[in-house]
Amino acid sequence: MHSIYKRTTAALAMSVALAVPAYAELTGELRIFLDTSNPAPRATMEAMIDRFAAEHPGLEIETTVIDREAYKTQIRNFLTADTPDVATWYAANRMKPYVEAGLFEDVSDLWAEPEIAENLASTKGAMTIDGKQWGVPYTYYQWGVYYRKDIFDELGLSEPTTWEEELANCQKIVDSGRACYTIGTKFLWTAGGWFDYLNMRTNGFDFHNQLANGEISWEDDRVKQTFANWKQLIDMGAFIDNHQTYSWQEALPFMVNGEAAAYLMGNFAVAPLREAGLSDDQLDFYQFVAINPDVELAEDAPTDTFHIPANASNKEAAREFLRFVVSADEQTEINNGSNLGQLPVNAKSSVDNDKFLQQGFNMLSSNSPGGVAQFWDRDAPAEMAKVSMEGFQEFMVKPDNADRILAKLERARQRIYDN
Amino acid sequence: MSAVDVPEQESWFHRNQQRIAPWLFLAPGLLFFMVYVIIPVFQSFNLSLYEWDGLGAAEYVGFRNYEDLYWEWVDRDAFYTSLKNNLIWLILYLAAIPAGLFIALFLNQTVAGIRLYKSLFFFPFVISQVVVGLVFTWFYDPTFGLLNEFLSFFGLGPLNVLGDERFVTYGIIVAGLWPQTAYCMILYLTGLNAVDPEQIEAGRLDGAKGWRMLWHIILPQLRPATFIAFVVTIIGALRSFDLISIMTQGGPFGSSRVLAYYMFEVALSEYGFRMGYGAAIAVILFLIMLCFIAYFLWSMYREERGH
Repeated sequence: MHSIYKRTTAALAMSVALAVPAYAELTGELRIFLDTSNPAPRATMEAMIDRFAAEHPGLEIETTVIDREAYKTQIRNFLTADTPDVATWYAANRMKPYVEAGLFEDVSDLWAEPEIAENLASTKGAMTIDGKQWGVPYTYYQWGVYYRKDIFDELGLSEPTTWEEELANCQKIVDSGRACYTIGTKFLWTAGGWFDYLNMRTNGFDFHNQLANGEISWEDDRVKQTFANWKQLIDMGAFIDNHQTYSWQEALPFMVNGEAAAYLMGNFAVAPLREAGLSDDQLDFYQFVAINPDVELAEDAPTDTFHIPANASNKEAAREFLRFVVSADEQTEINNGSNLGQLPVNAKSSVDNDKFLQQGFNMLSSNSPGGVAQFWDRDAPAEMAKVSMEGFQEFMVKPDNADRILAKLERARQRIYDN
Repeated sequence: MSAVDVPEQESWFHRNQQRIAPWLFLAPGLLFFMVYVIIPVFQSFNLSLYEWDGLGAAEYVGFRNYEDLYWEWVDRDAFYTSLKNNLIWLILYLAAIPAGLFIALFLNQTVAGIRLYKSLFFFPFVISQVVVGLVFTWFYDPTFGLLNEFLSFFGLGPLNVLGDERFVTYGIIVAGLWPQTAYCMILYLTGLNAVDPEQIEAGRLDGAKGWRMLWHIILPQLRPATFIAFVVTIIGALRSFDLISIMTQGGPFGSSRVLAYYMFEVALSEYGFRMGYGAAIAVILFLIMLCFIAYFLWSMYREERGH
């Protein structure tokens, strides 16, 4: 009797040990701050945290969701006082101020674990500053041209791959009384997307990084070439009028109503376009065309991230949470079509069957040999990003001011990077 | 007995009551004024001599922030635009005073339902600036805005007021004048209640009417109302921030910035966090305000002494 009891407990202990990975049971409080304030991402995150909590009953988890825009300024306060254990943020240069101020925890140890090292290799670069990793990614998405397939069919156009085809297509669209592209530059960053693509296609991925790091003059001929290419589109009337008055959402109706044929945007534009009534037969995607055949294609794919603040109190639990977030199963789950609808960061996860996610995933994994950039305002320092994107907006309205704008950006560059 | 001989010992507080009492009553106000106004003024000035991102260590840079501002002025850059726009705001915003006066004169009559008309005119001041900003943004919208519908009626337009750097500041000022005029109107309406009917009667006997009556009899009696209207309008113009933030975010390409908005952009917005530079702009804005504050205080002091 006694021995049987002993054996069953031993077996029970064994099975428990097998079911739950081998770590000490986590206790205490885990405070998580999220900027995923839109309803769908919010629900996704909360469901994910519930699953994590179910695995760790000893842990008391407190989740705070902060409005996405307000979060960008509040993070500076809560990283220094009343600090959470886990916080969302963005990759690359956007995390640099906090890394330099010593407010993010070095999590290189997590990246040394084979589970993460092998499966998250593609995003490691974006999380690295000074040779160390400062957080983990949880989702990313492609940028590219979303276009009205029905309008292309009506005009007998096919997806362009070269700059000449692009210009020829656009001319036909303009001739049909439409604009080639809708865009709303009121909040500036959308113009940053156009600049990124034109610049990376004209001068390549490395040039993009050098420019973002202030190593290249804005009055360099290569930058001027980027703007000259841009001007070709502007001069032929490729963009909708009055885009400086619209936000990116306010620019959507032009595409929905068929007044514009395409939109250079991140994959998050798909959801509102579908909600506005465009079916998947009407809506399609193509990779931004090659311009300079000598440079390799490179893409923008902004990555959203989780970090552990340096002042966090429960770093052990926080690390476990980060491991959980990037695990293959969770990545498949939170990025699927009914949740975030974006791309998983774990190589072992599966991408949702959605046609845009599939195309984006294929593009980024097999047709972006030049590299993957974050986005202009995440790769360049905040101040330079602001000044330059204002310049891009002005250029899109007044292309003839190019020289004056570039001279102004060059002055800003000399001031911003010299300290 | 000795008890009678000893004079009653008055406490120190008792003896100085007359002198202490006013300070005691002033203390809470003074304390808050010091903590929230006076000390921050000096802190701002101090901060403007540093370069600080709000996170790391602040680095002393002397007057370099001011030097940068000077170069922005020379280069016709953001600071120049902001200062120029502030000046335009100051001048054009004053239009709220005569506009408010004439609406007040118009409404200062007794007909059926006058209370309703008065409240309708006062309405824009009651609604939030955010709503005013949104309403005018839609009004100016280049594709479906009412303004362009109206212009096209006369074969004019389309005009993208908020997207054109030549018109944008004026467009926002017009939006700001709507509630500000209502505010001035209320000030004058209360002022008109206090106008002495005997003086009007006397003026009438002397043959004054119309403009002469207004200029020589009514307006002098409305001086206190005019003074307050002037003060609130100047202050309103200098701290014009909310409308710009809602309607244009300083755009297009930074052409509708004013100093207050530029300061916010540089120090506190998404791409900002140059605290020292923001503080330097705040100091400049403070110095401009100080001219007006000094003038207001001086004229109030003169007024007091006159009585």
